[in-house]
Amino acid sequence: MALKTTSDTLAKFKDPALCRNLLDRIRTELPGPLAFMEVCGTHTVAIFQSGLRSLLPEEIRHLSGPGCPVCVTHEGEVSAFLELARKDNVIIATFGDLMRVPGPKGTSLKQAQAEGCRIEIVYSAFDALALARKHTESRIVFLGVGFETTAPTVAATIKVAKEQGLDNFLVFAMHKLVPPALAALLQDPEVNLDALILPGHVSTIIGVEPYRFLAKQHGVPSIITGFEPLDILQALLLIIDQRKTGRPQVVNQYSRAVADDGNPKAREIMAEVFTVSDSLWRGLGRIPNSGLALAGEYQRFDALTTLGVEVHDLPPLPGCRCGDVLKGKMQPNHCPLFNKSCTPATPVGPCMVSTEGSCAAYYKYAL
Amino acid sequence: MCLAVPMEVKSINSELNVADVEIAGVKRQVRLDIIDYPASVGDYVIVHAGFALRRLDREDALETLKLFQEGLNFQFN
Repeated sequence: MALKTTSDTLAKFKDPALCRNLLDRIRTELPGPLAFMEVCGTHTVAIFQSGLRSLLPEEIRHLSGPGCPVCVTHEGEVSAFLELARKDNVIIATFGDLMRVPGPKGTSLKQAQAEGCRIEIVYSAFDALALARKHTESRIVFLGVGFETTAPTVAATIKVAKEQGLDNFLVFAMHKLVPPALAALLQDPEVNLDALILPGHVSTIIGVEPYRFLAKQHGVPSIITGFEPLDILQALLLIIDQRKTGRPQVVNQYSRAVADDGNPKAREIMAEVFTVSDSLWRGLGRIPNSGLALAGEYQRFDALTTLGVEVHDLPPLPGCRCGDVLKGKMQPNHCPLFNKSCTPATPVGPCMVSTEGSCAAYYKYAL
Repeated sequence: MCLAVPMEVKSINSELNVADVEIAGVKRQVRLDIIDYPASVGDYVIVHAGFALRRLDREDALETLKLFQEGLNFQFN
């Protein structure tokens, strides 16, 4: 097959014959049990959907970490955005994934909408600006969730809102940063993992440098990885190779989309609009310097201060073990609620709500 | 929601800072605020939440595939 176009080239990363060869090499070279964790919802889905999970040797254990932005959104943040939705003259603009995330007492945005709250699903933060232009008499509150991939898109949107004088546009910034969460995870003595598959598109923005400590301080082989089956298999081979040589390193497997220094322009925009702050993570608790708050002159776009809402450190939902699932301590099907009271149709926790949540992926592909 | 997909640039409007992109018949308009390397028509860009994040490096993708090919005695060129 001639690889004349970019489309052909990208399709080759799914090639079954090449995958089989890489799988054979993994089987031959695997020196012993290996538990690897990915921290990206797209990796979770890719590993299940492609069938890789069922093809890997049994000695390789796949753990899904805190990589789904909806899943790591803290109980206190969910409660706060539900409170924002009930404020007078507010229209919530949100990515669709957040609609069914259960808050305290099983309430959700979807339920709030049914009760008359104004909630609009948007595909991009930028679409929320159009709402602000259309509804000048209302305040538009965009729910800013997501990691370093998404945060620059929200920052760029806020900059445009400022330039265009859209003062009725507000943001609830719940953005989270991946490297501090990985540091917190590796400091937890109950977390057992041998290697990390690092999120490709977060890395598109932040580059390689912020991950160096994973190998240097923690001795964990860590591979920035693309999302096609060949990418994931190659990453596993690189991990096996590092284990054999005893030299853990951070390697950029996904160099077609990740430059070593990431995307400096996106980071500049992010640094202009946001400042690094502490953040609450579901399952992981408060992690220092792991979130983003509005900075300087952009603070006037802060939905929480403008509308007088606070984020409280609320306890987990009763019976919900999403926190343990997010840390890789518990396989989704070992949760007492899994496929009983908690299903994609009746989710108790966020890992079952988001299509990228590990419980939802497990339910869809592994049952 | 953290999904990001490669899409082909079909046209660029520098004045509005947007590009029309397409993959498998799905068409979108994306913002060019945060992409660091200017994309041209025909390039593939990684699209996330209505923004182009980065241009995909086709030469680099071919290099990666070549590594597989050489390591596994595979033929495609």
